[in-house]
Amino acid sequence: MIRILGLVVLVAAALAAPYFFYPIFLMKALCFALFACAFNLLLGYVGLLSFGHAAFLGTAAYITGHSMKVLGLPPELGILAGTAAAALVGLVFGWLAIRRQGIYFAMITLALSQMIFFYALQAPFTGGEDGIQAIPRGHLLGFIDLTSEIALYHFVLAIFVFGWLVIYRTIHSPFGQVLKAIRENEPRAISLGYRTDHYKLMAFVLSAALSGMAGSTKTLVFQLASLTDVHWHMSGEVVLMTLLGGMGTVFGPVVGAFLVVSIQNYLAQMGSWVTIIQGGIFVVCVLLFRRGIVGEVLALIRKLRERQARTG
Amino acid sequence: MFELLGIPPQVLFGQLLLGLINGAFYATLSLGLALIFGLLNIINFAHGALYMMGAFVAWLLLNMLGIGYWPSLFLAPVLVGLFGILLEKTMLSRLYKLDHLYGLLLTFGLALMIEGLFRQMYGVSGLPYPIPDALKGGQNLGFMFLPNYRGWVVVASLLICFATWFLIERTKLGSYLRAATENPALVQAFGINVPRMITLTYGFGVALAGFAGVLAAPIYSVNPLMGSNLIVVVFAVVVIGGMGSIMGAILTGFGLGMVEGLTKVFYPEASNTVIFIIMAIVLVLKPAGLFGRAR
Amino acid sequence: MKHSTALLAGVAALALSAGSALAQVSDDVVKIGVLNDQSGTYADLAGPGSTLAAQMAVDDFGGTVLGKKIEVVFADHQNKPDVGSSIVNRWIDAEQVDVVVDVPTSSVALAVQEITNRKGKVHLNSTAASSDMTGKACSPTGIHWTYNTTALANGTGKAIVAQGGKSWYFLTADYAFGHALERDVSAVVKAAGGEVKGVVRHPFPNQDFSSFLLQAQASGAQVIGLANAGADTINAIKQAGEFGITQAGQKLAGLLVFLSDIHSLGLQTAQGLQLTTGFYWDMDDETRAWSKKFAAKHNGAMPTMVQAGVYSAVSHYLKAIKEAGTDDGKKVVDKMKELPVKDFFARNATIRADGRMVHDMYLAEVKKPSESKGAWDYYKILRTIPGEEAYGPMNPACPLVKG
Repeated sequence: MIRILGLVVLVAAALAAPYFFYPIFLMKALCFALFACAFNLLLGYVGLLSFGHAAFLGTAAYITGHSMKVLGLPPELGILAGTAAAALVGLVFGWLAIRRQGIYFAMITLALSQMIFFYALQAPFTGGEDGIQAIPRGHLLGFIDLTSEIALYHFVLAIFVFGWLVIYRTIHSPFGQVLKAIRENEPRAISLGYRTDHYKLMAFVLSAALSGMAGSTKTLVFQLASLTDVHWHMSGEVVLMTLLGGMGTVFGPVVGAFLVVSIQNYLAQMGSWVTIIQGGIFVVCVLLFRRGIVGEVLALIRKLRERQARTG
Repeated sequence: MFELLGIPPQVLFGQLLLGLINGAFYATLSLGLALIFGLLNIINFAHGALYMMGAFVAWLLLNMLGIGYWPSLFLAPVLVGLFGILLEKTMLSRLYKLDHLYGLLLTFGLALMIEGLFRQMYGVSGLPYPIPDALKGGQNLGFMFLPNYRGWVVVASLLICFATWFLIERTKLGSYLRAATENPALVQAFGINVPRMITLTYGFGVALAGFAGVLAAPIYSVNPLMGSNLIVVVFAVVVIGGMGSIMGAILTGFGLGMVEGLTKVFYPEASNTVIFIIMAIVLVLKPAGLFGRAR
Repeated sequence: MKHSTALLAGVAALALSAGSALAQVSDDVVKIGVLNDQSGTYADLAGPGSTLAAQMAVDDFGGTVLGKKIEVVFADHQNKPDVGSSIVNRWIDAEQVDVVVDVPTSSVALAVQEITNRKGKVHLNSTAASSDMTGKACSPTGIHWTYNTTALANGTGKAIVAQGGKSWYFLTADYAFGHALERDVSAVVKAAGGEVKGVVRHPFPNQDFSSFLLQAQASGAQVIGLANAGADTINAIKQAGEFGITQAGQKLAGLLVFLSDIHSLGLQTAQGLQLTTGFYWDMDDETRAWSKKFAAKHNGAMPTMVQAGVYSAVSHYLKAIKEAGTDDGKKVVDKMKELPVKDFFARNATIRADGRMVHDMYLAEVKKPSESKGAWDYYKILRTIPGEEAYGPMNPACPLVKG
């Protein structure tokens, strides 16, 4: 009962939020929340730390931007094209990277994403340092005008919810159970007869595709695709969001993304202090609360319940 | 005048030599990374920031205390090394029982903080650091004009790389170190203080980064971002070389510097990417890296 | 307070989405948003100094216009178009900012130009270089104040060819600004009877220029044109000295060099470099008086041309609001174009229909250490380049230009 009530309140709050907060800020936070959730699918549920997820966000952003501005595709097809492109890049990256584990995996994904970065810097269609600017938002399905920020917000919210549900379903499916088994003990999963590389690759591609969807949506919001999206700092940022919110929890990355985007938004005046603060949060998270905010809260609730069960 | 693929041989030799100079930095940095990784199993993301610190320490020594290049070449790495030891004692040492990825994340955070602080204090225009008087000027090699200082960079880093290799592969201390890398519990049982060895190794690896920073100071302007631009390339060097051997790190560093130099002649636009392309190829053919052992 | 403005913005957005056209209500404040790089590559040449210049302009104007308070806010765009455009969107939608000033980095400037154009707010650009700002990206509410790539090319390029530097080799930063600068200078060099022997595109940003310099040396060109900016230019000049390139007789041409770059390089390294600037602090009593006032509040650092440009642009903007009696973007800019521009910065100046502020530029040479009488005494002005000559004709690619 409380759960249903909570859900109703959450949905109502999400629908009404743009009337109380600056809609572009909310949309940015939602895009990054989806990005972090997609990243968390890999880190939290398969135990793979990718340091190159910016490549997927960025590739999708560029493809969406190009297909909408130059080829004149409508937004729904633009997003689809971006997502597909990210999935394709994810397939190549994944095929190369899952050969190694742990730290090597992180460094390989980082290096591969640098290649995408340099490609984006040089390729003529990306506009180099300028990025692709003034991308038209267009009409969704031909009749919903997305230049209205409220309409766009609800579209972005729908995409976020869709992406989040995909991840939620994946985690709780038999496929998700195998992923968790790989995270806990890969040799055992292999000995049980699972082709773990196959599973890891599928999870990688799914994560890349959803990251791409976040990138495409972000392009639609800001009407811009730029090098920031493919820079390795972006890969670091998504790690920060996930770590701060709580990896391996379904709501953690969302909380983390909202917090990090707020920090960037409200401390923008402080210049390099933003970097210092972000670095500090990293350090504090790793040293003191590795479970992240949501993870710590869940652990606290569990502890209280246990105590209650014992005493009552 | 004969030409090779349309490139005059003078230019080719010149670029190879310049590649060797860049390679000297890659080698010194990846050597430090390899040492730290070998014993601590941590990828030190802060390596670039500490390299930058080395350059800044040299600059500060000169401008605050009037201490010149030659003493700095020793002092700055020591100071950076001590800073590293402080980091290891207070933070990194808490993470050894956890997944190695936490070490990567912690040092990433530290790198952001160190870089941010230096940016906040010194801006990013870069600060000038003079070439020491003894190394001013240059030699005309016929095919190019080689500034004395650049020649010194290659000599100095070859010396330091060789000394490190000798220390680890040929001395008793080194054999303890190698043994501790293989099996820390066993070495501890022999009465050797492994945690202290780990601390000192981290300090030494970081000091190598500081040393590279001092070497770089007179060539590049002393700039808070000088490390973050380099670190990703050095990571790729490390992946290509494989983490297994000290020699591997050194050879790969110098070798890739030269490959990069050649790329700058034939296809300059790709000079940033070539190392990553090589990395992808190596990964497909030899996932453990050129000199690495599979772990 | 913040909450209520957010609410207001939400309601306004709702109203707009419902299709009713609300008239632009002039809120009770004229808000100036200084958007630039506060901590990155371009922080020293614009950065906090530009914010200071804008604040000085407001103070000198008296702090109010049409009986309303003038406020200055600033933000760091980190040289990223996405960060910049989200700040500007927020400023305009939710924080009543009326004018965005400074905006270094061509990529961010072009993004801001597009947003301000769409939302009818003013964009006074001082620090971006691209001549596209008054070309295909020109806007009825945008004014490009201090300099652009065309002026740099006409200034430095023409002067060096005239002195006998006929053959050129370019070291170009491999991104939009570098390409634009290379393109404009090449055109000037060729038109003046010179030739371009080759180009090498270096990654941006880049630290080690040695191999590119070596290629430039091998080309045998008389002049090596540095089509880059900031730290890249500084590094290239330093390393050219190290490799004995200038001693061997080749000449370096820094195509975009700021006073702060020279300060960082030091006269020993930079001496003899020729450059084009829109302003120098030590030109006459007026420039000295303002610059010393500026330096006193800026840790003793003298203003760069773009910081002085920010002061000049903001002063003129406020004057135009007073004359026009409104802060409506389009009307104020029309008034700015109508009013004569005259202050210590802008000499023989007018604002063209395409939004280009045309004013006298100067060809300067960096002094030898022996010629410098003290800190910040860096330039000899060789020649005044009349505005017309520096900026050339209007670009027909701009829709505001009536052909």
